[in-house]
Amino acid sequence: MRMTQNSAARRDLALGFIVLLLFGLVTAAFPQFARPSNVAEVFDDSAILIMLALGQMLVILTRGIDLSVAANLALSGMLVALFNKNYPGAGVLPVLLLAVGSGAVLGLINGMLVWRLKLPPIVVTLGTMSVYRGLIYLLSGGTWVNDNMMSPGFLGLVRFELLGLTVLAWLAIIGATVAAFGMRYTGLGRDFYAAGGNPSAATYTGLDPGRMQCFAYTICGAIAGLCGYLWVARFAVAYTDIALGFELQVIAACLIGGVAIAGGIGTVAGVVLGCLFIGVIRNALPLVGISPFWQMGINGIVIVAAAVLSARRREDKRSILETQTA
Amino acid sequence: MNLQSRFGWVMRWESMLGLVLIVEIVLFASLSPYFLNIWTLSDATFNFTERAVIALPLALLIIAGEIDISVAAIIALASVAMGLAAGQGVGTPGLVAVGLGTGLVAGAINGALVTLGRVPSIVATIGTMTLFRGVAYAVLGDRVLKEYPASFSVFGQGYLVGPLSIELTLVVVLAVVFGVFLHLTRWGRTIYALGANPIAARWSGVPVDRYRFMLFAVTGLCSGLAAVLLTSRLGSTRPSIAQGWELEIVSMVILGGVSVWGGKGTIPGVLLAAVVLGLVNFGLGLLNVPGIVMSIIVGALLILVVAIPVIGQRWAAARPARRAS
Repeated sequence: MRMTQNSAARRDLALGFIVLLLFGLVTAAFPQFARPSNVAEVFDDSAILIMLALGQMLVILTRGIDLSVAANLALSGMLVALFNKNYPGAGVLPVLLLAVGSGAVLGLINGMLVWRLKLPPIVVTLGTMSVYRGLIYLLSGGTWVNDNMMSPGFLGLVRFELLGLTVLAWLAIIGATVAAFGMRYTGLGRDFYAAGGNPSAATYTGLDPGRMQCFAYTICGAIAGLCGYLWVARFAVAYTDIALGFELQVIAACLIGGVAIAGGIGTVAGVVLGCLFIGVIRNALPLVGISPFWQMGINGIVIVAAAVLSARRREDKRSILETQTA
Repeated sequence: MNLQSRFGWVMRWESMLGLVLIVEIVLFASLSPYFLNIWTLSDATFNFTERAVIALPLALLIIAGEIDISVAAIIALASVAMGLAAGQGVGTPGLVAVGLGTGLVAGAINGALVTLGRVPSIVATIGTMTLFRGVAYAVLGDRVLKEYPASFSVFGQGYLVGPLSIELTLVVVLAVVFGVFLHLTRWGRTIYALGANPIAARWSGVPVDRYRFMLFAVTGLCSGLAAVLLTSRLGSTRPSIAQGWELEIVSMVILGGVSVWGGKGTIPGVLLAAVVLGLVNFGLGLLNVPGIVMSIIVGALLILVVAIPVIGQRWAAARPARRAS
């Protein structure tokens, strides 16, 4: 246990160092990159990714995977956009509740299918991804909801600035802090690790790994729902294809951040750093004069490198205790 | 039990798919007067041929307990490579070699990551999917490549005899090859053993990693072939080519009755699923139903397919207990 934790901490430190180095290199060449306003923008830009990746981390920790997050985000986002269009006077609070609620229900559906019917997570979320995405079309009739159909409060909340950072950035910071404490110091947080690290041992201690999986999906869904509102408000538009394919970027951020796909391993700090890594590169590329089309290729190299490195480390430390994973 | 063994073939997954296919054909034929035309049906096959070319080897890979979701990105990479080669004046045979070669190399990279790098295949191929598609975007940006020689269009647009397209012929040939390989050879049995219990397979002396590597390489090669067909049919290359196909192809394989847990599945099942999905796509288009509605149906089907056996087992297990009490 101590060994794993130390190696996780070392990994986080290394990743943190790499992100800082990257940031330093870009700043050395282009001093304007380190301007507070620009740093705030990088944060604002990475906020949704951070929140989604934290939710995804919970699911992966419990040996699941959620491919439906982006579709959930888009469906919840469309739902609140239509709600706001039809009831502009209702204010932002019902919008938030609706976003979180619909996201949680969509996540719960994934969770129940995985828990109660013991269906493979990748198939379930592949299926719900298509279904949710299709439902957006049925819900909206294929039309767009533009910014002129949204109320000022609906659009303004995410842009409201507090101490130089947007509400969006603050949400990510608060979310990450709560997650970091919760995962480290609360029984519930430890339960997620236990359920994914060794499900049979967890069962003997009275923990139902399936139930924890379902719980993780529900939380992940609720976060995706909230991010649906944030996404729609930030980009001021809702249509069927928003955030198409974003689930892979979320999973990529988790993998870069050191979350093991086999479950039970991953830290909040690592995931946040993984997101910042992507965020710094995305914001630095246009400055350095590299086409933003390179972003995806760079992500790919990083995921592959991170996966090979962490596989090697796992071989060294855990292969005696664990049978070879198929 | 006796009843089940005698009428077992009725309940087989392939029979169900066959039934769905018949219902589908009758339904679309009665709804649209244009459906039962030989040329219409020939056109309809293009809805699944390129995907089926990849679904066949991917079925073997999934039966062996692995997965490859980089297949669509390999199409993009191979297509970009062919586009660039065509820009340099490479002729049609050269272009095919470039496409197949790129696919083979990409598949070998996946295989090396999984066998030498010991990376779980889902992680490895999420990584290479991002990498391959990323390279396609990095090289091409928002440009389009379309300087293909006229003779290159034969693979995607040509016909062998009458309405029998070259693409469909290829799919049938490949299905026979993969079907014979999987169901009638020792190697095929080994693939099932590999997926059912890789540790037992290893202890029985199966060179597990060699099998895995070969399967990834073949899947890559077939993705390269699909890239040749698709590029030839479209006549142009964008980095977004075949976007999202990986999920459609995986859905195709699972709807074909292949178990994601490995060790189960048949080639006829996958082929039937490909035809069923392709025809649904085409028929709905004929009836002016948007493609996205189709995605709801496919998604729900996908979950149902894996849920039905589980619910059936529960039901079967619960019945004697109830009778006893």
